[in-house]
Amino acid sequence: MASLVFDITLGVLIVAVALAAMLVRDLLTAIVLFIVYGLLIALAWVRLDALDVALAEAAIGAGLTGILLVGAAGRLRKAGRSRQRRPSPLPLPLPLPFLIAVVTCIALGFLTLSLLRHAPAQVVAVVPELAATGVSNPVTAVLMNFRGFDTLLEVVVLVVALIGVWSLTPDRRWGGVPGPLHRAQPRGVLVYFGQLLPLAGFVVAAHLLWSGSAGHGGAFQAGTVLAAVWLLAAMAGLVRAWPVASARLRMLVIFGPACFAVFGVYGALHGTFLAYPDFAPGLWLMTLELVLAVSIAAVLSLVVLGVPRHAP
Amino acid sequence: MNISDVLTAVLTTTGVVFFIAGTVGLLRFPDVYCRLHALTKADNLGLGLIAVGLMFQADGAGSAARLGLVWLLAILAAATTAQLIARSALTERPGELKRSASVDWY
Repeated sequence: MASLVFDITLGVLIVAVALAAMLVRDLLTAIVLFIVYGLLIALAWVRLDALDVALAEAAIGAGLTGILLVGAAGRLRKAGRSRQRRPSPLPLPLPLPFLIAVVTCIALGFLTLSLLRHAPAQVVAVVPELAATGVSNPVTAVLMNFRGFDTLLEVVVLVVALIGVWSLTPDRRWGGVPGPLHRAQPRGVLVYFGQLLPLAGFVVAAHLLWSGSAGHGGAFQAGTVLAAVWLLAAMAGLVRAWPVASARLRMLVIFGPACFAVFGVYGALHGTFLAYPDFAPGLWLMTLELVLAVSIAAVLSLVVLGVPRHAP
Repeated sequence: MNISDVLTAVLTTTGVVFFIAGTVGLLRFPDVYCRLHALTKADNLGLGLIAVGLMFQADGAGSAARLGLVWLLAILAAATTAQLIARSALTERPGELKRSASVDWY
């Protein structure tokens, strides 16, 4: 009974925050509401017993996307464009978009509820094969082993997104250090925080990566936490990114997907692309996850830092 | 309903009361500095009470320690960001501090 009340309240809150984020006029307020919405969706994932997805949603959906949007809003403000209030929404007759949204919701609800009758089949298919993969979390086994191809392409998509961000660089800045020049007071709170938190963040990221094998976690979650604490240290002026044109930065970015692809080719030479060897498949999986986490951290930090803004 | 459930209920309710107080302060206080004051004091204490209340429901010392770590990290983050917000408000809108300091609130 209490959990039903909680779930209904959570659902109402999610819809309310989403509506508020759409209808409010100030850009920064809308972004903050979007971050809150991301966190509420993460709570909803927890209630649906999908903890790996909840971790990824909180880290990437709420955290990383939030930072990107706040950075964009800041640059709009500097360009003098965020004082412009968003125009009043819904010039259409009010019921039409609302009606379309309600019909879509009901259709999705029916589809989801009808799928639930067949849902256990997926788990039943995965669980007997878990012992052969070397990990005991079915989500990690599916992501890295059974559907490893999808994960490989996901990380490649991240690299492509980074290339897309870099393609916005003005010509005369190409090759420089990405991001603005961060300066902080040498003995201030940001420097203190930037020295303290990466220690905790490194431990948390390692824990998330390691616990992905038996509990909940994984490469994306660990990579995002690493990216977050690295960005904090960068904003405190304690570390600086390598220039965009430098070979070592590019090596770091493609290291993860390249290793995964090489491993896949090795598997192809022995039968199937991305097949795991019979000897210690769990160890191979965790090593690949570690490598992927490092690359994901590098790509996400560079995406947030943005384009080079100073001459190389 | 044993003693740990009662303690959890009492502590988390008190924590929620502090959160409500902090939110009311956020909505009603006139300027940035008062709002930061309300937020960091009330939310740190509120989060601490909720964390301690949930420790009684944790299975094992490891989970309880992790809850304490969450509180510690949240305090650290809240304190740092409050300082940074206050300093940036001071440098970008110095008039606001002068205005609020000159009004006679009593």
